[in-house]
Amino acid sequence: MTREKGIFRQVLERPLGLAVLSLLAVFYLVALFADFLSPYETSDQDLQKTYHPPTSVFWKDGGLHVQRYELAEPQEMVYRKIEGEGAPIRFFASGYEYRLFGLIPAERHLFLVDEPDRIYLLGSDETGRDNFSRLLYGSRISLSIGLVGISIIMVFGFMAGGLAGYFGGIWDGVTMRFIELVMAIPGLYLLLVLRSTFPDHLSPAQIFFLIVLILSFLAWGGTARIIRGMTLSLRNRQFVLAAEVLGQSSWKIVWKHILPNVFSYLVVAASLSIPGFILGEAALSFLGLGIQEPSASWGLMLSQAQDMKVFMLNFWWLLLPGAAIFVTVIAFNVLGDVLRDIVDPKQKFLSR
Amino acid sequence: MRTVITRRLLALIPMLLGITFMATMLMHLAPGDFLDQVRMQRDVDPDYIERLEQEFGLHNPWYVQYFLWLSNVIPWDLRSDFGYSFHYKVDVWELLGQRLPATIILSLTSLTFAWIIAIPLGVLAAIYKDSVFDRISSILAYAALSIPEFFLALLALFFAARTGLFPLGGFTSTEFEFMSPFRKFFDIVHHLVLPTIVVGIGSIASIMRIMRANFIDNIRSEYVTTARAKGVPEGIVMFRHVFRNAINPLITAAGFAFSTILSGALMVEIVMNYPGIGHLVFHALLQQDQFVVLGALVMGSTMLILGNLLADIMLAWNDPRIRYD
Repeated sequence: MTREKGIFRQVLERPLGLAVLSLLAVFYLVALFADFLSPYETSDQDLQKTYHPPTSVFWKDGGLHVQRYELAEPQEMVYRKIEGEGAPIRFFASGYEYRLFGLIPAERHLFLVDEPDRIYLLGSDETGRDNFSRLLYGSRISLSIGLVGISIIMVFGFMAGGLAGYFGGIWDGVTMRFIELVMAIPGLYLLLVLRSTFPDHLSPAQIFFLIVLILSFLAWGGTARIIRGMTLSLRNRQFVLAAEVLGQSSWKIVWKHILPNVFSYLVVAASLSIPGFILGEAALSFLGLGIQEPSASWGLMLSQAQDMKVFMLNFWWLLLPGAAIFVTVIAFNVLGDVLRDIVDPKQKFLSR
Repeated sequence: MRTVITRRLLALIPMLLGITFMATMLMHLAPGDFLDQVRMQRDVDPDYIERLEQEFGLHNPWYVQYFLWLSNVIPWDLRSDFGYSFHYKVDVWELLGQRLPATIILSLTSLTFAWIIAIPLGVLAAIYKDSVFDRISSILAYAALSIPEFFLALLALFFAARTGLFPLGGFTSTEFEFMSPFRKFFDIVHHLVLPTIVVGIGSIASIMRIMRANFIDNIRSEYVTTARAKGVPEGIVMFRHVFRNAINPLITAAGFAFSTILSGALMVEIVMNYPGIGHLVFHALLQQDQFVVLGALVMGSTMLILGNLLADIMLAWNDPRIRYD
């Protein structure tokens, strides 16, 4: 198991790995700077401009302008360009206040236009909120939920799997039966039952952690099983037996001898469940049981697109959050496969 | 083999007890109960609510309610009673029975669709390994595995609304009752097309990947070299020898497919307003209609466990080297 290079270096050396990591790096940067990049807050409505199509941008008088539109047919929500009219886009202008990285108070935004004009790069929703800004803020949820989730899975997966494999006996039996029980319930059913156990009205942070915990509860079993299998095979190896003969405590053996040997598998097994977290959160929010308005999440934004109006009048831009979920999940799936090929090329332990 | 099957079937009993016990506990941890909506109305007589509480046994602690439910379910007199839906005011078993056909039809059509598309694609991708076709199909498989099912369902509805080619969700048209038998059949098929494709796409990708991997493994084996050395035409080598061997492991996949027949289409049913089991369970959960949820959980989990058992049995039947005892 000795490797000359770190996993990270090996991922970068593969073209697919490099491509996916750069894509994800861009996504995370966007999520980090969402306040700076988005012109409006997630709750900023404009009831005069509902279902506004994406605004076009043109060059006039030595500056970029955003096209001005008029509501041509209020029944059908058809907006028409007013030829030649536009509002200048101001870069690094001051807008709503926010805290950069949650710490530094700031009010500069990459681009803005003066009221009452609005810039809707990706259109607006049924209350005239900016789809682009909401998409950026929503990325924070989808991109962080998997990372928080796998840290939980790694801890529980290792504790349950490692201890079950090392100590065996009753502890092993109880843990494995419990995992089988959880796995015997259709996943989405269990997800919904667990969610309904908690009250609907919680703070956004509480809801976020609730969702992470529920999804981790659904996912830790697979990781624990893999780690258990590996621990069982490590358990009778010379170095573990030697440590036992020398009188090292069980905790120390698990911590110092087992963990380092299964660690890379632990990371990869856990990272394979990231897409599950992203999709799980999106599905819950889509059903109205996850992140609540006015916060933005990709799944929640998609639930708005369920309106017949959206289908009939072709408000296609409201489906963009789905595309965002899709691209993110693909990226994590590819990353997971690349990692698995590096750590377990023969797919002995980690299979899908 | 027979002892293994018996053992696994017996293991089903504690499993189902555990699942239903856990589910009852969870549902009672949830704030409020089914009668909340009734209590919200000011003009409802408190005596009436009291009577309803008595009738549904809601004043008992949850574990008492669980054991009452359990004693009704266990078929002492050869019939089990899964309780009564608070919301629909019908027997749970009857309610599930009404919704069952829609879900089973959808599962069967989508499975058939997936297998018909996936097997040839997997074979072609394996024969022309590393070709453009192989690359494109593996990218598409990746895409199919990564797209959220509910988003695909939304896209399908969007497509239906834009083109007008397909109905916007549902199982039958409103005028279904007045149609001739032939029209009825056509109406159901018409409603099934989009849900079938949406549910099927996810399984196409996974079946295709398994098929491709098996086929490639078999192409490398020695009997293929022997056959080629004898001068057997390449087409016969591929289809008479390799294909027959490569399809075997997919028989197991059929077992796993069986396990998701009831619960696999939950999101699609909700988005496309398709009146199946998933749709029912979701709304029952929102309304805290607990016996419906318990009944559906029992059914869904049984199918899941039986499906896995079926997969193991078929694997052993297919490959005599495998022994479970």
